[in-house]
Amino acid sequence: MSGRNKNSNSLGKLGKSIFNISFYRGVVAIIASLIFWEFAARVHLPVIGMIPAPSAVAGSLSSLIFTGYYWESWYVSFERVFSGFVMAQIIGIPVGLLMGMSRKFRDLGFPILEVLRPIPPLAWVPASVIFWPTPQMSMVFVTFLGAFFTTVLNILGGVSNIDIRYIRSARSFGASNKDIFWRIVLPATLPSLCTGMTVGMGITWEVVVAAEMIASRSGLGFLTWRSYVAGDYPVIVIGMISIGIAGYISSSIIRLLSGRATPWLKII
Amino acid sequence: METKGNGNAASGRMVIDSISKSYGMGPLRQKVIQDCSFTLEPGKLTVLIGPSGCGKTTIINLLAGYEEIETGSISIDGKPVKGPGGDRLVVFQETALFPWMTLMQNVTFGPRMRGGRNSREIEGDALSLLQKVGLGDFRDKYPTQLSGGMQRRAELVRALINSPRVMMMDEPFRGLDAMTRELMQEYYIRLFEEHRITNLFVTSEIEEAIFLADRLVIMSYRPAQVRTVMEINLPRPREFSMLTSKEYLQYKKDALEILHEEAMKAFSTGTATCVADFLEAYSEIEEKK
Amino acid sequence: MQIPSAKPKGDAVLAEITNFEAMAFRLKQWIKSPRPYLMVAGLLLFLAVWYMTTELFKLPRFEKLPGPVAVIREWLSEDPSYGISIYVSEYYLHIIKSMMRVFEAFGLATLLGVPLGLFMGWKKVFRDYTFPIDETLRPIPMLAWVPLAILMWPAREAAIVYLTFLAAFFATTLNTLLGVESIDEVYFRAARCLGSKPRHIFFRVVVPGALPYIFTGLQISMGVAWFSLVAGEMLAGEYGLGYLIWNSFVMVQYPIIVIAMVTLGFIGWASSAAIRFVGALLMKWKVREVSP
Repeated sequence: MSGRNKNSNSLGKLGKSIFNISFYRGVVAIIASLIFWEFAARVHLPVIGMIPAPSAVAGSLSSLIFTGYYWESWYVSFERVFSGFVMAQIIGIPVGLLMGMSRKFRDLGFPILEVLRPIPPLAWVPASVIFWPTPQMSMVFVTFLGAFFTTVLNILGGVSNIDIRYIRSARSFGASNKDIFWRIVLPATLPSLCTGMTVGMGITWEVVVAAEMIASRSGLGFLTWRSYVAGDYPVIVIGMISIGIAGYISSSIIRLLSGRATPWLKII
Repeated sequence: METKGNGNAASGRMVIDSISKSYGMGPLRQKVIQDCSFTLEPGKLTVLIGPSGCGKTTIINLLAGYEEIETGSISIDGKPVKGPGGDRLVVFQETALFPWMTLMQNVTFGPRMRGGRNSREIEGDALSLLQKVGLGDFRDKYPTQLSGGMQRRAELVRALINSPRVMMMDEPFRGLDAMTRELMQEYYIRLFEEHRITNLFVTSEIEEAIFLADRLVIMSYRPAQVRTVMEINLPRPREFSMLTSKEYLQYKKDALEILHEEAMKAFSTGTATCVADFLEAYSEIEEKK
Repeated sequence: MQIPSAKPKGDAVLAEITNFEAMAFRLKQWIKSPRPYLMVAGLLLFLAVWYMTTELFKLPRFEKLPGPVAVIREWLSEDPSYGISIYVSEYYLHIIKSMMRVFEAFGLATLLGVPLGLFMGWKKVFRDYTFPIDETLRPIPMLAWVPLAILMWPAREAAIVYLTFLAAFFATTLNTLLGVESIDEVYFRAARCLGSKPRHIFFRVVVPGALPYIFTGLQISMGVAWFSLVAGEMLAGEYGLGYLIWNSFVMVQYPIIVIAMVTLGFIGWASSAAIRFVGALLMKWKVREVSP
C-alpha cells in the first residue's frame, strides 16, 4: 500500500516536471493522426479511408449544429440516460442494502441476480419493446438494467466489507439500530456506491446508444444510425463525438457529486 | 475536567470469574480461553500480557460484550455484563475512528448517541479534551488526514469523553514507531492518572506493561489461562526515569521468565496455532454476516 | 537458551486432516443450514412469478411475453414450432458463430493490447505519443462505433469482429498500462543496480509485475466483448445469438428470444469464469507474495 503511494507520488512529481514535454507530444500525436485521417480519406485507403474526412465532418457540423433536430437528440438521449440511471439507483440502492444486511434476503435474491446479470443488457431490447407500451419506456427500462446490477453488486460488496469494529464501537457508544444504519452502514457504503454509479453511468450510455440504434426513432444513437442509413456519412462521426462528449459530461457530474458526498476520501 | 457521568474512582470494579470460550464447531472446536479469572480494581490500571495469539483480543471482546462467554461470569460493580454497553468502552488495535466523520464528530459521537445534553456543551468538553492531547487544531480534519499517533490519541479521547466505568485498550499502540509509542504512553498515563477510570490495557510489550500497570496479569498460551498476577508497586505519577530503577528491573526480570516459558510453548505447537488463528479470524468473518 | 525443536512431523499431518475434516464438516453444516434451500427457493420464486404473470393469470402486458413453459417446451422439443431447440443444428450454428467472433476479437485484442499496454507503460515517450489518442477515443461508447464499423469494413463479418475487438482492446490496453504503472519504482532501480539489460527488465520486472492487472483487464475485456457482440449482431449480423434474438423479434417468434438470451448469459458467464480460473491458477504466487 505504502509502495503504491510512493509510486503514484513519484509519478506525480515526474508528471509535473516534464508536463510540458508530455503535453506537447500529446498535441503533436493528435494533430498527426488528424492529418493522417484526412490524408487516408482523400486517397481512399482501405478500411480507414472509408471514414469521412475531418474536413467533411467539420463542414457537416457547421450546418448541423444550427438545427433543432441535433439538439433535440441530445435532450432525448440525456433524458433516457438519466431516467434509467436514477431508477436504477432508486431501486438498486435499497435492494443492495437489504441484501447486504439480511442474510436471508441475500440467499434468496443473489441467485436470481447471478442468473440475470450475465445476459448483456442489449439482449433485453426486444423483450423490453414487447413488454412496455411505449418505445420511450422500453428504452428507459433497458438503460435501467444496465446500471441496476452494477449498483446492487457494489452496494452489496460495500456493506459486507464494513469493518466490524465500527459497528461494535458504535454499539458500545449507545447507538441504536437506526443510528447504526444511518451513521455507520450508510456512510461506510458510500464509496462503493459512488464507484458503482461511475461504472453504471458508463454502461448506461453504451446501452442507450445501441438501444436507440436498434429500436428507436430519436436520440443521439438514432441520429448516428440514421446518418449511416441515409448515406450522410460525416454525420456518423459527429454523432459519435457528440455521444462521447455527452458521456463525458455525465461521468464528470457523477464524479463531482461523488467527491462532494465522500469528502473524507480526499487526503488533504 | 468535569467529566461527570457514571465514571469515578469509586466504581468500575469488574470481576471476571472463570470464563471460557471456544471457537469453531464439531471437529474444529478449539478452546481459546479456559477458566480465566481476574479482577479489575476500581481506579486501577490492569495490564494483560501474554504471548501473541493467546486470545487477548478475545478476552476484550468478551468483556465488552461483543461475544458471549460459554461458562463463568463477568460482572461490573456487582451487575452481570450482558451485551455491549457504554460503561465499558474499547480502544481497538490500530484505528477504529469512523473515517467519514471529522475528528470532532468522532469524539462527540458517544455523547450525541446518549443524548440529553446540548451539542455546544458536548463540543466544549470534546475540545478541551482534544486540546489536552494536542489535537485542538485538528478538530475538523478527517482521520485519514492525521498521523498514526494522532489517531490513537483521538481514539483515547473519544472513549474518555463518555466517562466509562471501565476502559479497555486492545494493544492500542501497536504498529507505532518507538518514539511515537513513548509519547503515546506518556499521554495515556497522564490521562489515566488524572481521571482514574478503571483501565484494562492489553499489550505484548513487557516494558510498556510494567511502566503502565498497577497490576500485571500474565496469560498462559492457548487455551488462555491466568498464569500469574503481579502487583506493580511503582509510585505514581510514573516517570520514564523509573525504567532504570531497581524495582522496575526486578519486575521485568520476573515477568520475562514466565513469559519466556509461555512463548516457548507457543512456538513448539506451531501448526496448531495456525489453525487456531484461522479459526479466530474465521469466526469474526462469520459474525459479520 | 534452549530452542525447542521445530514442529513435530505428526503435527503437519494432523493439520491436513483437520483441513479436510473441516471442509467435510462445513459442507455438512451448509446443507443443514437454510442457505441452499433459500437459494433454490429464490430461483423457484422467480420462475413462479414469471409463470404466473405470463401464462397462468395472463396479466396485461405480461401476456405478450413468452412464459417459462412455452420457452422450455420449445427448447427441448424435437420438432420445435419456431425452428430452434437443442435438437436443431441451427441453434448450435448460432452459438458457434457468436463464440468464434468473440474469441477472434478477444484473441486479437489480447495479442495487440497486452504488448501495446506494456510498451506504453515501459517507454515514457511512447506513452506520451499514444496515450492522448487513446484518451480521446475512449469516452466514445463502443456501441457508437457500429455504423462506422459497418462503413469501414466491406464485409459484415469483419465489421462485427472489429466492433467486438475494439471494446476488448481498449479494456486490455488500459489495464495493462495501469499494471505497469502499479509496479513499485524500487524494482526498476534494483534491477538497474544489479546491471540488468533493458530486455531483462522488460521480461523479468515489467511483465510479471503487470500480470495481475492484465488478468483483471482480460476479464473486463471478455465481458465487454460479449456486450458489444450482441449489439453488433443485432444491427448487422447474419448469424449469431444477437442476430437470433433480433430476428426472432422481427419474425414474432418470441420464445426463441428468451432461449437465446439465456444461452448468451450462460456462455458469457462461462467464458468469464474460465478466465478467472486461469488467472487464479497463474496468480497463486501473487497472493502469497503480497499477503504479509
